Amino acid sequence: MKLWRTVACAVLLLVVSVSLAANWLAPAGYARQYREAADAAPSRQHWLGTDEIGRDRFARVLYGTRISLLLAPAAALLSTLMAALVGGLAGYLGGAWARCAMAVTDLFLSLPWLFLLITVRAVMPLNVSPMVSVLVTFLMLGLLGWTSAARVLCSTATSLRDADFVRQARASGLSGARLFWIHVLPNLKPVLYAQFWISIPAFILSEANLGILGLGVAEPMPSWGSLLKELEGLVSVGEEPWKFVPLILLVVVVTSFQLVLSRQDEVAA
Amino acid sequence: MTHLQGRLAVMGTVTRITFRKAILLAIACLGILAGSALAQGELRFCLRSEPKTFDPLQVQDDASAAIRYLTGGVLVRLNRQTQALEPELAQSWKVSKDGKQITFKLRGGVSFSDGTPFSAEDVAYTVKQLMDPALHSPTGDSFRSGPGNVQTDIISSTQISITFPAPVAGLDRQFDQVAILSAHSAKKEMAVLGPFMVADYKPGATVLLKRNPNYWKTDAQGRKLPYLDSIKLDIQPNRDVEMLRFKRGEIDLINSLDSEYFDKLAVTSPQLVHDAGPSLDSEQMWFNEVAKSPLPAYKKAWFRSANFRRAISAAINREDLARVVFRGHAQAAVGPVSPANKFWFNSRLKAETHSPDAALKLLQGEGFRLENGTLKDMGGNAVVFSIITNSGNKYRERMATMIQEDLQKIGIQVNVVTLDFPSLIERMTQTFDYEAILLGLTNVGLDPSEQMNVWLSSSENHQWNPSEKTPETAWEAEIDRLMRAQASSADAKKRKESFDRVQEIAVEQAPFIYLVNRNALSAVAATVQRAAPVILVPQTYWNVERLTIERQTATAAK
Repeated sequence: MKLWRTVACAVLLLVVSVSLAANWLAPAGYARQYREAADAAPSRQHWLGTDEIGRDRFARVLYGTRISLLLAPAAALLSTLMAALVGGLAGYLGGAWARCAMAVTDLFLSLPWLFLLITVRAVMPLNVSPMVSVLVTFLMLGLLGWTSAARVLCSTATSLRDADFVRQARASGLSGARLFWIHVLPNLKPVLYAQFWISIPAFILSEANLGILGLGVAEPMPSWGSLLKELEGLVSVGEEPWKFVPLILLVVVVTSFQLVLSRQDEVAA
Repeated sequence: MTHLQGRLAVMGTVTRITFRKAILLAIACLGILAGSALAQGELRFCLRSEPKTFDPLQVQDDASAAIRYLTGGVLVRLNRQTQALEPELAQSWKVSKDGKQITFKLRGGVSFSDGTPFSAEDVAYTVKQLMDPALHSPTGDSFRSGPGNVQTDIISSTQISITFPAPVAGLDRQFDQVAILSAHSAKKEMAVLGPFMVADYKPGATVLLKRNPNYWKTDAQGRKLPYLDSIKLDIQPNRDVEMLRFKRGEIDLINSLDSEYFDKLAVTSPQLVHDAGPSLDSEQMWFNEVAKSPLPAYKKAWFRSANFRRAISAAINREDLARVVFRGHAQAAVGPVSPANKFWFNSRLKAETHSPDAALKLLQGEGFRLENGTLKDMGGNAVVFSIITNSGNKYRERMATMIQEDLQKIGIQVNVVTLDFPSLIERMTQTFDYEAILLGLTNVGLDPSEQMNVWLSSSENHQWNPSEKTPETAWEAEIDRLMRAQASSADAKKRKESFDRVQEIAVEQAPFIYLVNRNALSAVAATVQRAAPVILVPQTYWNVERLTIERQTATAAK
């Protein structure tokens, strides 16, 4: 298992490094349209061929990977912090606070995400640059994706509140806020780490789903979601296998994350 | 079975034939019998949605329109190939000079599918239903030319005169969509005069049409039409599945084929795909010119400037859109009318030449200037706008992205936004909170009177600036005048002159920036005989009564 984790870490490191080197590896960029070579098969000029309007697929995969891999952790960080704030505090404070916080969490959990995101997109200003659309997409994912983690953190914080070392600290006169920051929060860390790592592949997949629905990252900026949209019209798998590269990459990255996560789960346990 | 027993009995009388030969002969006879019993076979294709109605006067959706075409008997029929009007249930007809009255001489000896005889009473009944305000027939809308009642005079059982309160543009052609109902049949709209009748309907699954035994038409040899025994319509909204089923031989034809699928099929089976050339459908974009829209004043000024719109039009490379997005199965659009509309297309108009230089020149004339690769207006505002299109339509998304790059070359930043259709429509018709929209227009009819709702400035569907109380520009007033003039005239030449001018104004002022006309692409299986796909709906089965299927013969031969 340790070997697989090492391999997974190496794969993730390699994917991140290659995507960060996109400017050097694909200097023409992700938006340039080679209209004379639209929907071309792989060649020396275009290693993974071109998309339907002639954009270099290799460049788009690199830039798309960069966007999905860098912003998904950012969204995961945001959602984990929100979960810590809402769930951790609710569990620590207990009583009416906990009931109120969990009611809000349940309300968020019961919301139909898809319709909510469609509505949010519909009321957003139209003149949003592609870069802003990327940030907004992951911000929305981060702001809406904290609920499950909050429940986990709430139950952990509840058990910590009644732990002997917390009772002793309280008996020795430590104030509420200080107690939370010094004794409770550090003990929530393993769960927070686990929730953070779990959220990353979830957000990558969510963005991919949003991209397929026409929400999310705006043209001409690529993301794994917009790259996966190309697979919609494929009639047979063997027709144009190079179009499956983004899907394979997504599977490899998510699997690697899961392998790394298994270690985090052990720590959390 | 009875036929089979009879044949075997005949065989039994042939005493000199050996048992083995008799078995072989019997097998051959069975094959022939099977072949002859199903000689004309069953045509199978997909409807892309559930038919909303079987009442031919209430048709609004494509699926119901397909069933109306296959089952409805009409007085006159527009030949989809020649685009000429041909007699059907009416042997002849005459339109009065003022365009208000039409007199039909009907065919005698015709019966509905249930045996009820057809007469002028049925036509009068149909017109009454068509124009009944309580029934809100969408087909009747095109006949509602003015206030007042429609009068029907039954001259004899085979002659009827219909008088409208005001002239109806292209009056005789409008009857192509009017399937005649029976005034006396207990089966109501299920009693039909067309080649087929609805035999079975399984919601969400299939509609089965059977040959109308009382159909009046015969071929040149006197054989009764239609040749086909039945048509099975599978309700299948997913185009990928439709394509797969066609490839597997489970369905016989596909109308409106995607250009990607067309090319894929063309590689393996070039004889099955048909590109009939540019269709009537167009893809277009337009800017928001609504005075009360929540846009900043400087943007309203851009969008209301004809030179700005024409510059955008000149900067768009339509040839690339047609070649790349539609893989060459489209043509650069010229104007409001597709060249496919043989009579109404203004042949003096030519497609806009792609010229970023000409675009910049027009913009400079309006006070715009290029600064460090960014186009700015007189007030120093960078030219940035968004183009909305409906999410899920990959062709429009690709066109918008290509336009984004074309306009970047003249310093304009375009943000492409895909919205779900209800949100898009709400912005377009209710809040007017948009800058530019890219959508398509599906034209079914050829006559310009069918576009009245788009061109009249007072209309809700006058997309760039709907429901104007009075025309806000001189050219819109001129279009209003010309459209009303063509609609109220029965003189085809005068109507053509008026509508030619409308097309010229539309190109000069560019309220719509016409992008491409998509080609009519279809696929027809080799088993279907006599198919001749055309650009008009229904492209592949417009001559359905003469189509045959050779599938059974092939099976018998095997």
